[in-house]
Amino acid sequence: MNDEEMKTISLTVNGEQVTRAVPVRQHLVDFLRSDLGLTGAHLGCEHGICGACSVRVDGAVVRGCLMLAVQADGADVVTIEGLTDTGEVADLQEAFVARNALQCGFCTPGMLMTAADLLGEARAMTREEIRTFLSGNFCRCTGYHAIVDAVEATLAKRLRK
Amino acid sequence: MRAESVEHALELLAEHGDDARVLAGGQSLMPTLNMRLSHPRVLIDINRLDALKGISLHDGEVRIGALARHAEVMRSPIVARHLPLIAQAVPHVAHVAVRNRGTFGGSIALADPAAEMPACALALGATFVLASRAGRREVPSDIFFKGLYETERRPEELLVETRLPVSGPRPVSVFMELARRHGDFAIAGVAFQLMIDGDVVQNGRLVYFGSEDRPKLAGTVLDAVRGSRLGPADIDAAAAAVAGDLSPMSSPQGSAKLRLHLQKVLTRRALEAARARSGVAA
Repeated sequence: MNDEEMKTISLTVNGEQVTRAVPVRQHLVDFLRSDLGLTGAHLGCEHGICGACSVRVDGAVVRGCLMLAVQADGADVVTIEGLTDTGEVADLQEAFVARNALQCGFCTPGMLMTAADLLGEARAMTREEIRTFLSGNFCRCTGYHAIVDAVEATLAKRLRK
Repeated sequence: MRAESVEHALELLAEHGDDARVLAGGQSLMPTLNMRLSHPRVLIDINRLDALKGISLHDGEVRIGALARHAEVMRSPIVARHLPLIAQAVPHVAHVAVRNRGTFGGSIALADPAAEMPACALALGATFVLASRAGRREVPSDIFFKGLYETERRPEELLVETRLPVSGPRPVSVFMELARRHGDFAIAGVAFQLMIDGDVVQNGRLVYFGSEDRPKLAGTVLDAVRGSRLGPADIDAAAAAVAGDLSPMSSPQGSAKLRLHLQKVLTRRALEAARARSGVAA
């Protein structure tokens, strides 16, 4: 298997059907960023520790760097761009701004993707549980406090509805 | 290469053997590929093999398909009801995004010495089903884990299923681990199954992980608690016995001395928890 070997894949990305030939060795986030120009998912560590590359594949949040693009053949992929367009996390994004839950913003797309999963569970969680849920996403600026604030506030608001 | 059936995967393994790596959830293999630490000539992607998915209950045993994701194990009512040890352990397996991809079988086949599922499988006396073109064989967990990332699986074999016995009297299960960050690999961990009748420990399988090159069954600690009521003196004796079973490796996460100390701390906590839980059950 050499690096030049290509394979054609068809998948849905943010609701749009996409067909592309990709190197068999390329991981999903390189494909999303360089082929599709969706630069919201970031590459931090590239080995599954930092969570900056989190994307949703077939409804579940995953590490985009730990999946090959060819494995996404036939899948339904949603990136932070798609999540923003649908308005699913508009309230969470507002809360991030209101609470200063980001400084450099590098981790934010991954944080939002993971927190969207948490909010999707629609059950009450303590701050400690929120921290545990987000523990797979590194932030090197905020010290997490403001991020947990934003998620906690959004969750509380949604549960009141 | 994408395997289209189990037979196809076994053919590919027979053809490529050690030049091939099986790609299951990829949560450990992909990092090594990204970092260019491993360069298999062939990757065999088994993710579409529906035959390897699912969790079921048959004749006193739970069968976990090799491709069952950690997230599925965590949600499974069968696991929650029949395998409380695993139910306690899965939330410690990495983080949500990793659990959504990573597989039970992948964790067993990789045999990371600090991983939760190999330790639980050993504590539960699991049997692993390995398939090759020559047929299938069943390997007990006691001999499956051979060393650092080393198992009884031969290059041409595929781990297809884990069988976990649930028959017999209900044991007390305790899983505990210590890690720098929730979800990181453990620097010390215990997976204990104790058969407690009345208040007395009849038998058990006590596994330590994150210490040596593989999960380890602790005979000396078991001897220290067998026949006891897990009183303070018994727990002291068990903690003292840990050094008889383990000689932990040093690593950047902690010296051998620290890791032995942590296993003693966990031994005390786990046995105290076992005593409390058996009391509730009785």
